[in-house]
Order: sequence, then structure tokens, then C-alpha cells
Amino acid sequence: MRIIKTAEITQAVKKMCIDANLYLADDMKNALYTACEREENALGKKILGQLKENLEIAGNESIPICQDTGMAVVFVRLGQDVHIEGGSFNEAINEGVRQGYTEGYLRKSVVNDPVIRKNTGDNTPAIIHVEIVDGESLEITLAPKGFGSENMSRVFMLKPADGIDGIKNAVLTAVKDAGPNACPPVVVGVGIGGDFEKSALLAKKALTNQLNSVHSYFDDVQGDSTAKDVIPDNTYLTKLQKDLYTEINDLDIGPGGMGGKFTCLGINIEVYPTHIAGLPLAVNMCCHVNRHVKVTL
Amino acid sequence: MDYKINLPFTEEDIIKIKGGDVLYLNGTVYSARDAAHKRMYDAINEYLEKTGKKPSEITSAELFENGVTPIDLKGTVLYYLGPTPAKPGQVIGSAGPTTSSRMDKYTPLLLDLGLAGMIGKGRRSDDVKAAIKRNKAVYMGATGGAGALLSKCIKSSTVIAYDDLGTEAIRKMEVENFPVTVLIDSEGGAFRV
Repeated sequence: MRIIKTAEITQAVKKMCIDANLYLADDMKNALYTACEREENALGKKILGQLKENLEIAGNESIPICQDTGMAVVFVRLGQDVHIEGGSFNEAINEGVRQGYTEGYLRKSVVNDPVIRKNTGDNTPAIIHVEIVDGESLEITLAPKGFGSENMSRVFMLKPADGIDGIKNAVLTAVKDAGPNACPPVVVGVGIGGDFEKSALLAKKALTNQLNSVHSYFDDVQGDSTAKDVIPDNTYLTKLQKDLYTEINDLDIGPGGMGGKFTCLGINIEVYPTHIAGLPLAVNMCCHVNRHVKVTL
Repeated sequence: MDYKINLPFTEEDIIKIKGGDVLYLNGTVYSARDAAHKRMYDAINEYLEKTGKKPSEITSAELFENGVTPIDLKGTVLYYLGPTPAKPGQVIGSAGPTTSSRMDKYTPLLLDLGLAGMIGKGRRSDDVKAAIKRNKAVYMGATGGAGALLSKCIKSSTVIAYDDLGTEAIRKMEVENFPVTVLIDSEGGAFRV
């Protein structure tokens, strides 16, 4: 058994809040820079140039990349042999968010109630998802989520008969409906399977994965007691990912909605087994400021 | 076309600029987003109820003088913005546009009272488009996600009302060569929205 102090968690979360809002991960940054070079539409290219310059100013002068510094979404993978000491685990995370958003001069964007809407003043509470895993380490992924893109996200309860074409149509519908509102070029997080809420969680989690990747439930459980004949052949997923990337970028929404071939910088897919009667699909939209930082304690 | 514009807009400028034009704005704009819009909108409606007047019977100056709205909306440009806090030595923090459609419910009333321009991002409702045309106003888009860059064009910023709303307070800001694209012009001509 390993002991982890809550103070360490608070410290890590605080630093992650600040870092995530000032610097993008290399995969996001490279995708933006590549788009900036390759965009052919003059207006779209101009927008990408502004976004590139914006990113440089943010990093050099410690000004948040976007004024919407998000609601703090926290994915925790907690080793089952870890003992948390020194107070409440959730409070340790919220205290990290509180300190990060205050000391980092980040925007406090959380209201106390969806109807009453009084600002909580410190960007808490965070949205915390905990998964218990093997081992004795604690992995924390912090993903501050802006709501310009969040508001354009969708859940579709498709029918099994809709199949791959139904999935494609739904994703393209979500991206078209989002149009200029979600601050394109976007990153599209797609969650397929599970149930109603699981699909949404998969889509959000997908956004934290390597850009332009696919990941399935069975990628993590291969080799255990699961019968080999139920492990799906995921070749179709890689093709779906590539096809959607192309089809989204053929929509000509373009950077800032100004037209061009970079409507999305990437699409990430997460898949989970589902029920015989269903094909849940969630599309979590994110702008190019797809922030996520991970630490392992 | 690219134009350098001094605010407030002249009637000539408003008529000249068309959807797709790029403007570099110089002068005063006020920040107002969801909560500030709701507060002004509710206060105006309360005033209408109290006085028994119709919206067509009131003026922006009357609302301002009676303390109903904290600014005189006539000729004003609103920027849909909730910035990050300024660090010591900074004028303002990150300061890019928020999605305009959330303000659609409140906007036709403000336009009918003389609001001249709005800076935001994304689509507007048909009601807003009609009100822009009816009142010869203009809707402009700034680049979403470029808050650090855009903050450089803001030369001063003072909270003038609704301080309790934090980032959603109304700020009076002086901007210099603030880049926007005309998305809906005074004739209702829309560019990619």
C-alpha cells in the first residue's frame, strides 16, 4: 500500500490548471501549425495565423490562450493500493482548482445553480470522474472545458440498424450545426457505445487522447479472462476516424467559420460495448484550445 | 474591403460597410455578456411595466437618466466578452469573443433602443437579423479563441456597472485597431452566418 497526501494532489491540480490554460500539448500545437501552413482559403488562413500568434503570446506573456478558461474536468485513475491521507480527496482537487484559478489569474466561470446562476467566485466545484484501477499510483488528467464548444455537443441514441452510416451522419450533423459557434478549427470527441451517459463520458475522454486516435474498451482488457472471440476487429474504427476527418474538412466551414479545408484539426474516437437494442453516440465538440494535462503521482 | 473605423460609427460608415469587410475599430466599446444582458433587459421591462409605456415610447437616454440602464445604448457598440482577470500591470486579461446567439433573446430590444453594433462570434437568430436591418446596425465577428492576441488591442478597461457579476460586469474599454469581420451589415446582408 502506498500513501499519497492530499496536499500533493492539491499542488498538482493547481499547477495543471495554470499550465493547461497557457500552453497546448505538442500534438495540438503541431496540428494547428500544420493547418496554418496548408490552409488555402485566404480568410481561413488569416484566422489560423491569428490563432498561431495568439498561442505564442499566451506562452510568452502568460496570458490565457482563451478567456474561457473553462470548467475544470478531472479524470482520476486511482490505484486500488493507494491510501489518500490528509483530508477529503474531492476537496483536495477542488482546493487545487481554487488556488490555480485564483493565483493563475484565470476566469471564474462556474455558477452555483443552473437557474439561480450566482458565480461561485473560485471556479469550483470541478467535475470529477474517478476510476479505480490496479496498482499504487494516482493518475490525474485535468481538462478545462470551454462552453462555446461544449454547448454545441450532442448525444444521439441511434438504432443498431443505423450502423456506420448512421454514426457518420450524426457526427457530420453535429459539426454542421455547430458551424462557426464552436470556434473552428475544432477537435471532435466521439463516444460510441455504452449507454446514454457512458457515451457522453467516452466522448469527453476521447478529447484527452492523442489527437486523431481511436481507443476501444478491449484495448485495455486484452489478455485477461475475456473470451478471445468477442474481441472485435477494430479495423473499421481506424477507417471511420480517417473518413470522418476528411468528410468534416470537406464541409468548408473552415477556420473561424470563414471557409477553408481546416474545419477540424482532429477527431478522436472512444468505443465501449453496448446493449443489444442500442447504439448510443455522443459528440463532444472542442475548439482548437483542446486543453488537457496529465500527471502521475 | 478593409476599413479603419473610428467609433462611434457615423451613419456614413454604417451604410458603407458590407458583410465580409474587415474593420479595425478605434474608440469605445462596452463589454456585456449573458448576465449583464439579462439584467438590463429585466430592468427595461420593469420600467415599461411601472410607467405603462410601450417599448416604442421610450428612449435610451430616458433609460440611462433614470438609472434603468448603466449606459446610454444609442450609438453604442457592445462586445460580448468576459475576460480573464488582469494581472498587475496588465490592462485586461485574455479577451476574446463569446458566442453571440446566447444574447439573441435580449438583442432586438436593445437594437430598437439604438444599439449600433455588436462584436461576438457565430450565428444570430432571424429576429436579430431583422432588428439589425430595421435599425441600420451592424454585427461583427472577432476571432474566437484568440483572447491573448485580442487583449493587445485593448488600451484601457474600467468596470462601470454590475461589478458583482465578476467577469460578466460591464466594462468601458478603449480599443485600438481591434480586428473584426462584418458578419451582418445594416441591410441585413450576412457573411457566412
